[in-house]
Amino acid sequence: MRRVYLDNASTTKVDEEVLNAILPYLKEEYGNPSSIYSIGRNAKKAIEDAREKIAKVLNAEPTEIFFTGSGSESCNMAVRGIANSYKDRGNHIITSKIEHPAVLETCKALEKDGFQITYIPVNEEGIIDLDGLREAITNETILITIMYANNEIGTLQPIKEIGEIARKHNIFFHTDAVQAFGTIKIDVKGLGIDLLSLSGHKLYAPKGVGALYLRKGIKLKKVLTGGHQERDKRAGTENVTGIVGLGKATELAYENIESTNKKIQELREYYISEVVKRIPHIKVNGDLEKRLPGNSNISFRYIEGESLLLNLDIKGICASSGSACTSGSLDPSHVLLALGLSHEIAHGSLRVTIGKDNTKEDIDYLLDNLEEVVQRLRNMSPLYNG
Amino acid sequence: MYSDKVIDHYSNPRNVGEIENASGIGQVGNPVCGDIMKMYIKVEEDIIKDATFKTFGCGAAIATSSVATEIIKGKTIEEALKLTNKEVVDELEGLPSAKVHCSVLAEEAIREAIADYYRKQGEKSEAEIKEICGLKDEKECPHCDLENSGDE
Ligand SMILES: Cc1ncc(COP(=O)(O)O)c(C=O)c1O
Repeated sequence: MRRVYLDNASTTKVDEEVLNAILPYLKEEYGNPSSIYSIGRNAKKAIEDAREKIAKVLNAEPTEIFFTGSGSESCNMAVRGIANSYKDRGNHIITSKIEHPAVLETCKALEKDGFQITYIPVNEEGIIDLDGLREAITNETILITIMYANNEIGTLQPIKEIGEIARKHNIFFHTDAVQAFGTIKIDVKGLGIDLLSLSGHKLYAPKGVGALYLRKGIKLKKVLTGGHQERDKRAGTENVTGIVGLGKATELAYENIESTNKKIQELREYYISEVVKRIPHIKVNGDLEKRLPGNSNISFRYIEGESLLLNLDIKGICASSGSACTSGSLDPSHVLLALGLSHEIAHGSLRVTIGKDNTKEDIDYLLDNLEEVVQRLRNMSPLYNG
Repeated sequence: MYSDKVIDHYSNPRNVGEIENASGIGQVGNPVCGDIMKMYIKVEEDIIKDATFKTFGCGAAIATSSVATEIIKGKTIEEALKLTNKEVVDELEGLPSAKVHCSVLAEEAIREAIADYYRKQGEKSEAEIKEICGLKDEKECPHCDLENSGDE
């Protein structure tokens, strides 16, 4: 059966060139990077090459890049690390209502430990309220943590403005750039970013590897204790293959960034315009301009997201939804609710995220099946009087 | 996650639609929680001759509606009222625990449809109907404590 993968915000397929870059570190250069003999030194060198590649695209120093086990771990290290290292300065943290659980749940955990957290709302388009952010700042505020790009609706936040606000008030600024890294050009110095989290599997590197940018001069208490790897910031023998893959994937992503984004965005615009033309009773969620090129999020009224996904899966189409049934909780996506959508509309959302390997044929195949499935489910729905 | 039987029923649901001049109609759930089931029954001489449904909800909601209508077709009302959500689950060869509430909704929708039938007959008091059909006083979503706004 044909398989059409349109869930690239969830994860991506490892790129062939990335795979080839990794293989030697499984086969021949399998030494522990901390060992002194040649295969250990070679592994160490590969890690440092990857570190340089990532530092370069971020306009950072290699010594400001720390490898981790995932995007979630990077976010934990950043948020918990600042909270623990600077609690003498204050106990207030500002974040947004639409963060990924990696940040949101970490903030909630810190709330239990006595920190005060302000969750800044977003407007209907999913962009945070800068005035709300300014007003939320107190003498106790030590950290602003706001995501670069949202994973569900793809909206891009005003990072430069946030960076300026943070700098002016002498507050640390962390951004969860897991969705943005590899797609958006990011200059941490120019944007006033103090800490930044990223993850390999969103940009055609393997799962289970991430990195944290930590500006020189900032203290960060270790979260994972043990050995002295990663300049004593993160214990554990390095995931050499993952790190090599992340380095290679970073290089490839930024080499071709303009052409890839252009192609992806054209497909996204084609998809949305066709859905608008062909299927009534829909709502396109999230700002259409300040948005990742490959992200689309559309609610189909009168139907529920999980049944939509299951019916698309029967046709070999992989996508995702913000319905409660797929979020693993009783409520639909907190991001869609933060936009002010009703529960019913949020339950009927479909996220299609286009990647570098998708083609117009993929989108046409999706559109034909989507039209058919949506109509079939609506005919089955007691809410629909077509 | 889902059994083959569940997949079969949500990809090819049986008895979808409405019944014109139905003997009874029952609706449960609400759009806030993401599932609504509406069951239609045609009763002749105490036997459920036909049963259909319309459902807004996840794959499990569609599959439980489909299987529940299949089970009660041809049964007497008395037999249909004995249907439990467990039978629906068993017939589907199991449901993930997070989805068991869908089978509860299916059972409740049938009870509501039968209660509606009795009301239309006009022979029993509301108290009797409640008793016979095992209706709950509080109509609420069985799996969450969100208020039922009643919106459609
Ligand atoms: C915005 C965002 N933050 C954090 C994460 C977590 O990254 P990882 O899956 O590497 O833990 C993800 C990925 O799901 C994400 O989209």
